[in-house]
Amino acid sequence: MSSAYENVVEVRNLCKYFPIKAGLFGRVVGHVHAVENVSFSIKRGTTMGLVGESGCGKTTIGKTLLNLTPKTSGEVIFNGDTHLDMLKGKSLRDFRPKIQIIFQDPYSSLSPRLPVGEIIGEAVREHNLVPESEFDAYISRIMKACGLFDYQKDRYPHEFSGGQRQRICIARAIALNPDFIVCDEPVSALDVSIQAQIINLLEDLQKQFNLTYLFISHDLSVVQHISDTVGVMYLGNMVEYADKAEIFANPLHPYTQALFSAIPVPDPTVKMNRIILEGSIPSPANPPSGCKFHTRCRKCQAVCSQKAPRTMDMGNGHTVACHIYDPESGYENA
Amino acid sequence: MSKKSNETSYISARESRRISRENQKVIRKLDKRLSRKRVPESEYVTQMHDKNNVVEFDNLHTYFFTDVGTVKAVDGVTFNVPVGKTVGIVGESGCGKSVTSLSLMQLVQRPTGQIVEGEIRLNLGDKAFDVAKMPIEAMQKVRGNVVSMIFQEPMTSLNPVFRIGYQLDEVISLHTPEMSPEAVKARSIEAIKMVGIADAEGIYNRYPHELSGGMRQRIVIAMALACNPRLIIADEPTTALDVTIQAQILELLRNLKNEINASIMLITHDLGVIAEMADYVVVMYAGRVVEKGLANEVFLDPRHPYTIGLMQSKPVINKMVDRLYSIPGSVPNPVNMPDYCYFRDRCEQCVERCQGLYPPEIRVTDTHIVSCWKYYKEGGAE
Repeated sequence: MSSAYENVVEVRNLCKYFPIKAGLFGRVVGHVHAVENVSFSIKRGTTMGLVGESGCGKTTIGKTLLNLTPKTSGEVIFNGDTHLDMLKGKSLRDFRPKIQIIFQDPYSSLSPRLPVGEIIGEAVREHNLVPESEFDAYISRIMKACGLFDYQKDRYPHEFSGGQRQRICIARAIALNPDFIVCDEPVSALDVSIQAQIINLLEDLQKQFNLTYLFISHDLSVVQHISDTVGVMYLGNMVEYADKAEIFANPLHPYTQALFSAIPVPDPTVKMNRIILEGSIPSPANPPSGCKFHTRCRKCQAVCSQKAPRTMDMGNGHTVACHIYDPESGYENA
Repeated sequence: MSKKSNETSYISARESRRISRENQKVIRKLDKRLSRKRVPESEYVTQMHDKNNVVEFDNLHTYFFTDVGTVKAVDGVTFNVPVGKTVGIVGESGCGKSVTSLSLMQLVQRPTGQIVEGEIRLNLGDKAFDVAKMPIEAMQKVRGNVVSMIFQEPMTSLNPVFRIGYQLDEVISLHTPEMSPEAVKARSIEAIKMVGIADAEGIYNRYPHELSGGMRQRIVIAMALACNPRLIIADEPTTALDVTIQAQILELLRNLKNEINASIMLITHDLGVIAEMADYVVVMYAGRVVEKGLANEVFLDPRHPYTIGLMQSKPVINKMVDRLYSIPGSVPNPVNMPDYCYFRDRCEQCVERCQGLYPPEIRVTDTHIVSCWKYYKEGGAE
């Protein structure tokens, strides 16, 4: 069946523009280029980390993948042949359980009026995944796998702490037996010690159910811990993409270098060679010309503001979008 | 339902009313003291134990009197902030790190939140005040002037309906009423320039929503610096910001501290930020200080099992582990804390003594202090 395909999800030239409306009649006066020409693929059973500053389009990618917001152009292909936006009616309904999402804030993503067992089981019942007679046992098993207790089934979300709520969110996603889960900042609202519990849980579940994750986070150390491949986003573009070991050992794009050097290390003896970026991220409604990063880049040359860089393959699946590595760009390497 | 369901303590309406009545009594008494007018200074003047400290927290207790019981948010906290140094306070949410700093500003949510016991000695150079005893009237002259605060969320700490300039001017003219409006404006613009904003005059006339998050945080810092405070409390100053902006703000704070020779009390849950900024580290857990010492001592030789667990549970860049350590269990219910070590139920290194009372402070070195029975030796410290 579907598991024959190596890539669970393949994204080609994905674009997502949000219209900016103005005036009485809501005339479209421009577009926010939230995601532009992003391509990547995720292998079965692996985790891809997506990092970048706020407003760079990480979350939009996650939502567009699942068709929660329709894409503007490009292709998203699941299991080699499923185009989500072409599915309708029953076939779309049948495919939905395969792809799930875990949101950032466990306080706002759980209905306060439903008991936990119902929250986890609602979609299971809706999709008739297990017969009614086995329903209770199934929910108990899922809850146990996520570190929740059986007796908590009848409780309401407000009785749980942040970490436990995130476990409920994870259980809700896992219960549908998905192939692919988008984790949209699942640990950033949690405390450090709880963060570790949730990260470990996600890793355990991945092994147990052979899950594939898209892990969106702004915390680079978490991404480095959990991911197999890492994509770095800046203002809607993916500026660099590589294996985890490769990208952390050898970051090529000036933005990636600055981003990695900005992470504080919990060791007072380490002296940081910090690259401090000037200014803040420009508005995606009116992005800079040429390379979008040139306004903050310390290696900027004339060519950078004139034309957009091509994505160059540097070997081993390491791609980077920067003029420095493009011999035909006209960038003068000193 | 299993036995575990007893954990959430259920309180009957009658019980809740009784607690509420008792709270009223305590709160009224404490509130009355604070809201008195024209209190002679002699009532809250005190002596610093060490002239080189800006603030000395001495056995501070700040409680919240809620209808389900008394929450001991800060339960006997003792530490010092030396002049010109940065003290980092680290701990999980709900451990009392923010309440400690709010107690110093007397900004704890009254009437439920009250400083019940202990002293906060604030060094004013020629004299010292005990903030815990200061009436509200006198406190207004200290806030923003001697001690100022930078909050986590820059958007909520700026007023959206006033221009940046107006908000800065307000701080300065309140604390130095003799200054002319022109001089106040010049001082405001100087403060904006100090935090590394090039177009100071332009920003002066802007509204907060026109600025980015990093810029807003710079304005909040400018506001905190406007009156040359002796101590700046930075409560999670970079948590709401991106890493690249965080790097800018931390750099700025470090430079400014040296420029105006102030001390910083840095509150954060990010160990990385603490390691980078702090000279001294205070680790808090459930309202108590579990470990304190020089940054090098605490980071390189952590002693308390909680500190060790906290450090191991955070993934560190370029330091790979197969599996993160996670501290078992979660923070105990803050109502009705036990009398034994608060960390006992989550601790994997318990010794026999842990069954007994809360551990005393044990000196590892002259500056490194830890509250854990593991390091207790009969007849003296380790």
